[in-house]
Amino acid sequence: MDGKIPNRASFILRVAGLTALFIIILNLVFGLTAAEKWLGKGSLYSHVYPGRWRFPWSENPSAAYNVSTNNLDALYAAHEVSATPIPEDEFRVFFLGDSSTWGFYLPKEKTVSAYVNAAEAETPDGRPIRAYNLGYPTISLTKDLLLLSESLKYEPDLIVWVTTLEAFPVEKQIFTPLVEQNRTEVRALIETYDISIETTAEEFPIETFLDRSIFGRRRALANLFRLQLYGVLWSATGIDQDIPDNYTPLQSDYEIDDSYYSFSPPQLDRSRLMIDVLQAGIEMAGETPVLIVNEPIYISRGENSDIRYNFFYPRWAYDDYRAWMKETANLEGWYYADFWNEIPSENFTNTAIHFNAEGSQNLANLILLEIQDILENLQP
Amino acid sequence: MTLLQLTVFTAAAILIGILRNHSARVRVILLFSTLAMYWLQPASTIRYLEFWFPTMTLALVVWVYAVSYSEVMYRKNNWIDMAILLGAIVMVGLLRYMGPLCCLTSSAPPQFFTVAIFTACMVGVALLFKALSGKPGVSTILIIALLIIFIFLKNDALAEQASRWFRRITGQNPTLANSIEIVWLGYSYMAFRLLHVLRDKQNGRLPKDASLAEFASYVVFFPAFTAGPIDRVQNFLKKLRENLQLTPSRFIPGMERLSMGVFKKFVVADSLALIALSSQNAGQIQSGLWGWVIVYAYAFRILLDFSGYTDIAIGIGIFAGIQLPENFNHPYLKNNLTEFWNNWHMTLTQWFRAYFFNPLTRSLRSAKVNIPLPAIIILGQFSTMVLIGLWHGISWNFVVWGIWHGAGLFLHNRWSAWVKNSSLQKQPFYTDGKIIRAAGILLTFHYAALGWIWFVVPSTAEGWQFMLTLFGVQ
Repeated sequence: MDGKIPNRASFILRVAGLTALFIIILNLVFGLTAAEKWLGKGSLYSHVYPGRWRFPWSENPSAAYNVSTNNLDALYAAHEVSATPIPEDEFRVFFLGDSSTWGFYLPKEKTVSAYVNAAEAETPDGRPIRAYNLGYPTISLTKDLLLLSESLKYEPDLIVWVTTLEAFPVEKQIFTPLVEQNRTEVRALIETYDISIETTAEEFPIETFLDRSIFGRRRALANLFRLQLYGVLWSATGIDQDIPDNYTPLQSDYEIDDSYYSFSPPQLDRSRLMIDVLQAGIEMAGETPVLIVNEPIYISRGENSDIRYNFFYPRWAYDDYRAWMKETANLEGWYYADFWNEIPSENFTNTAIHFNAEGSQNLANLILLEIQDILENLQP
Repeated sequence: MTLLQLTVFTAAAILIGILRNHSARVRVILLFSTLAMYWLQPASTIRYLEFWFPTMTLALVVWVYAVSYSEVMYRKNNWIDMAILLGAIVMVGLLRYMGPLCCLTSSAPPQFFTVAIFTACMVGVALLFKALSGKPGVSTILIIALLIIFIFLKNDALAEQASRWFRRITGQNPTLANSIEIVWLGYSYMAFRLLHVLRDKQNGRLPKDASLAEFASYVVFFPAFTAGPIDRVQNFLKKLRENLQLTPSRFIPGMERLSMGVFKKFVVADSLALIALSSQNAGQIQSGLWGWVIVYAYAFRILLDFSGYTDIAIGIGIFAGIQLPENFNHPYLKNNLTEFWNNWHMTLTQWFRAYFFNPLTRSLRSAKVNIPLPAIIILGQFSTMVLIGLWHGISWNFVVWGIWHGAGLFLHNRWSAWVKNSSLQKQPFYTDGKIIRAAGILLTFHYAALGWIWFVVPSTAEGWQFMLTLFGVQ
C-alpha cells in the first residue's frame, strides 16, 4: 500500500494541476467567444417546459419560481413567443412596456395581453388575435427599444408599445440593468438610429476580460441555470410571480412639490425627453404597425393633488407631456391612444402605474378596440 | 454550514491531524469544537440566545460527564480540561469587549458578570452531580431533562412558549414570541450521544476511563456536531486514542470524501432544492406528472444533502485522525424497506434499534401475557418509526410519516415470512432474482419517495391532497 500512495499522490497533484489549467483555458475561451450569449439560447422552455407567458423576472425567486436575467437570448428562449414554428394562422400582437404591461402583482392570466387573448377577438380575415406579453418591469424607452429589436425576429403583425412620461427622461434610458448588461447591442441601436444618447466611457464603460470570464459572469450564469431549473415549478404550478396577500397601497397625499427630475415648469425641455427612441422603434418596425399607448396613471384626490397627480408626476409636467405626445403623434402620423385617465383610482395597487385585474381588463378592452380600428384601416 | 466555515474547519482538522501528542490533540479538538459551536449557532431575535444555547450544550456535557465518569472526574488532567472549557466560554464572552473583534457569536454575548456567574453555577452543578452520582435515579433525571428540552425544541407550541419565557427574561416583548426563534443547533445529535452515554452507564456498558476532554470531544466533535453521524462513545474513543497522524495516505481519501460531500451538498442538493417538493409548492401543483418530478427532486435532494454532509464530516474527521461511521449506503438501491432502513441514516437507526426497538421487543417477548409474534413486530416497528418521525418534529405529519414506514416495514416482514413458506421462491423468475430485485428497488424507492410527502408537508390533509394529485385523482 505504501508504494502505491506516493503514485496516487502525484496522480492527484497532476489531476489538480490539469484541472487548474483547464479552468484557466475555459475562462479564456468563455471570455473570448462571449459564450454566455449562446448559452442563453439553449433552453428547455417550449421544449420540455411550456414557454413562459411573460419574461423571466422576479424579486423573490424561491416563491415566484422565476428569476431575473439580463441575457436577452435567455429572456426570449424562455418566453412562449420564441416557440417554433411560428404559427402562420394567427395575428401576432406584441405588447412592449414596463411593469404595468408585464403585470406586477397580477397573475399571468390577468395581465393586459392575457385579457386581450381571453377576448378571443379575430381579424377581419378571420385570424385569431394573439397577444404576447413582452413587457419588462423597468421604465425606460431604450430598454423597450432593445426588446423591440429582438422581438422582430419573432414576426409580429402589430406592436403595442405601452409607455408613460417616466420612460422618456434621458436619465432613465441606460441605467437600467437590462440595458447596462447589453451595452453592445444598445450602442449599435443608438448609432444605427442616430439616437441622442451619449455613448461616452462613463455611460458605456468598456468591459474588462475578467468581466467577460466565467468568474466575472458567475452570477449571470447561475441565474441562467436557475431559470432552467425553475421551469419545473413553472410547469407544475403555472406560477411566475410572488404576489403577497397584503402590500403597502400607493400614496395619495403628497408634499407641496412640483419638481420633476431637473425639469422646470411650465414646459418640459424636449431635448431631454427621448422621443427619438420612439421614432427609432417605429422606424425599426418598418411595415409592422406600432400603436403607442399612453398608459393609465393613478389620479390622486388627496392632499396637494392640485399640484401632483401622483408620486411620479406633477400636474404641469404630465399635462405638458400629454399635449406634446398628441401633437407629435398627429404630426408624425403615429397610431396613438391616450388612456391616461381610463382606470379609476381605486383600481390601482401599489404604485401610480400598477393596476389590479379589473383595471387590467379595462385597459385590455380599450386597446383591443384600438387594434380593431387599426385592422380596419389596414384593410385593402 | 457555509463554504467559509467549511474551509476553516478543514484547516483546523489538518492542524489537529499533524499534532503528535494525544493530550494536546484532544484539547485542541475540544477547544476548536467549542468555538465552532458558537460560530455555527444561528442568530436569534431573542437577546443572547446564540451565546446561551452553545453554553448550555457545554454545561450538559459537563454534567453528564460528572454523572457518568464520577470515578475519574477529579483527576488532575480533567481540571486542565475543565479550565480549557471554561476558558473557551469566558473567551467567547469577553469578545463582547473586544471592539472590532466582536464576536464569534452572531451578536454580542451577555455582560461578563452574567457569564461568570453562569460558569460558576455550571461547575457547582457538575460538582453536585458528581457528589450524587452514586445515588439511584441521577442518570434518569438527566435523561428526562434531555427529553423535556427535546420536546420543547421540536414542538412549535412549546417552542413558542419557551420563546415567550426567554423574551420575558431578557425584557423583550413576549407578544412577538415565535417558535422559529428557538433554534438550538446540534441539540438533537448531542442529545442522542448523551442519552446513549447515560443508558450505557446504567447498563454498565460505558468505557471505564475517559478524560473530560475526550468525552466532550466525542459529544461536540465539530465535523459531526450539526448533522451527525451519531458515533458510539466506545468507537469514538478507540479512534481518538489511535492518534492517527495525517499522512498522504490519509489526506487523499479525506480530500476525496470532502470533495464528494461538497459536490453532493453544495452543487447537486442545493440545486435540487430549488425545484424540490416543499410546504410552499405542495398546494400549488396543478399537474400530477410534474408533481412526480418534484417528489423525485426532493427524494434525491434529501439524500444528497444529508449524505453530502456526512461525507464532509467523514472527510474532515479523516484529516483530524478520527474515522467517523458511515451513515448512508446507497439506500435507494435497496430492494426492500428493511434494507432501506438498514442503509439510510444508519447511525440513527442503529441508535433507535439499540435503545428502543430491541429493549421493547425483548420486554414484550418476556411479558407474562403471551403476545403473538406479528403483534410484537407491528408494535415494535410502528412505535420505533413513529419515534423517529417525532425526532424530526413533534407534529402529526411526522407521526403519519412514521406510521407510513412502520406499515411498510411490517408488510415487508410479513411478505418475507410468507415467501419463505410458499412455493413462490422455487419459481424460476423468483430464483433468478434480477426482475424481482429490480421491481423491489423500484417499489422501495417509490414507497420511500412518497413517504417524503408526509415529511415535507406540515398539514396531513394537504399531504393527502397532494398524493391524490400525483395519482390523478384530483
